[in-house]
Amino acid sequence: MVMDPRLSVIDTRLARIKRLIAVSGGKGGIGKSLISSLLALTLSRLGYTVGLLDLDLSAPSTHVILGIEGVYPKEERGIVPPEVHGIEFMSIVYFTGDEPTPLRGTDISNALLELLAITQWGSLDFLIVDMPPGIGDASLDIIRWLRKAEFLVVTTGSKVALETVKKVLKMLNELNRPIIGVIENMKLRDSSVVKEELKKFEVPLLGAIEFDMNLEDSIGDANRLLERDAAARLKEIVMRNPRFNLEQGR
Amino acid sequence: MHEWSLAEAVIATALEESRKEGLEEITEIKLKIGELQQLDVEIFKFALDELAETLDEGSLLKEMKIKMEPEKAIFKCRVCEKEWDFGETGLSEEEYEAVHFAPEVAHAYIRCPSCKSPDFEVIQGRGVLIQTIKGKR
Repeated sequence: MVMDPRLSVIDTRLARIKRLIAVSGGKGGIGKSLISSLLALTLSRLGYTVGLLDLDLSAPSTHVILGIEGVYPKEERGIVPPEVHGIEFMSIVYFTGDEPTPLRGTDISNALLELLAITQWGSLDFLIVDMPPGIGDASLDIIRWLRKAEFLVVTTGSKVALETVKKVLKMLNELNRPIIGVIENMKLRDSSVVKEELKKFEVPLLGAIEFDMNLEDSIGDANRLLERDAAARLKEIVMRNPRFNLEQGR
Repeated sequence: MHEWSLAEAVIATALEESRKEGLEEITEIKLKIGELQQLDVEIFKFALDELAETLDEGSLLKEMKIKMEPEKAIFKCRVCEKEWDFGETGLSEEEYEAVHFAPEVAHAYIRCPSCKSPDFEVIQGRGVLIQTIKGKR
């Protein structure tokens, strides 16, 4: 039987990472990449050693949010992600640039496996993973391969997003994977709809981040992003919630 | 030096298989080396030998021979069914390097020479595969 050797080294590559948080949600456009980026920045500013891995291979965007350009991984017994804004940052964009890279399911699985097998992370307190949308090949492979992942699920208050988020929660429960909780993003008005829907899943709503009209102006500038209300709110959620289990900085 | 991480994967798989199969010694690993990944075979061989020594705590790999069989990369267009090989792709140096790190990135730079579609399949020769592991019980 032909064997793919890369599967055997994923755990070794992740061995020096204390906690791996996969930011999920299923639906596209609900702010997974923004929350992933802000979470990585926030934890880094609190003094933790942090990595950010963008696994949305079809539409990677954390490099745009953080304004990362002109850097490239170093080749050393694999590839070593460059440190940007205090974060070890890894994304397929280093290799695809601006070119569209249309990948079928098996290609996505292969590329994900390659990134996981060859990336040499440092000793990290946190690795934040920006998950792809959907519950197809890509998500299922990541869930299977990242055995130490804890899931932070993002939703909006829209019934449209919640419908998919509920499927993600159900799937994670069925697969017996730990869920830190849910963050309601882009909150527009007071409503208990998210809280009510989550009751069925015994998953806590960690907090809400209000819709910020001016956030777009800060995209691409990590320092300005951290000054936005969304960043302050996420920091509060992360610091306050015992499920993140943070000390007061490092 | 990306060859080292793939060599480590091969040795880790061999050790894992020996445990699963109850082998006391691994005598041979046969690998297929796909052209698309463009491995430096000399570095890869060197890394395999070095890692076989450092990672093998129980002398399982002492007598191991590694056989490598190169495999040509062949693409097939899903739209017009044209088949072509890696030699016809005309990639720049940077593009070759990107494909070396993650062969699927070929979909960013290679198009069907007949209909220009990016929707093609790598039907063989993607990267490193283990064909067989032989050993003694």
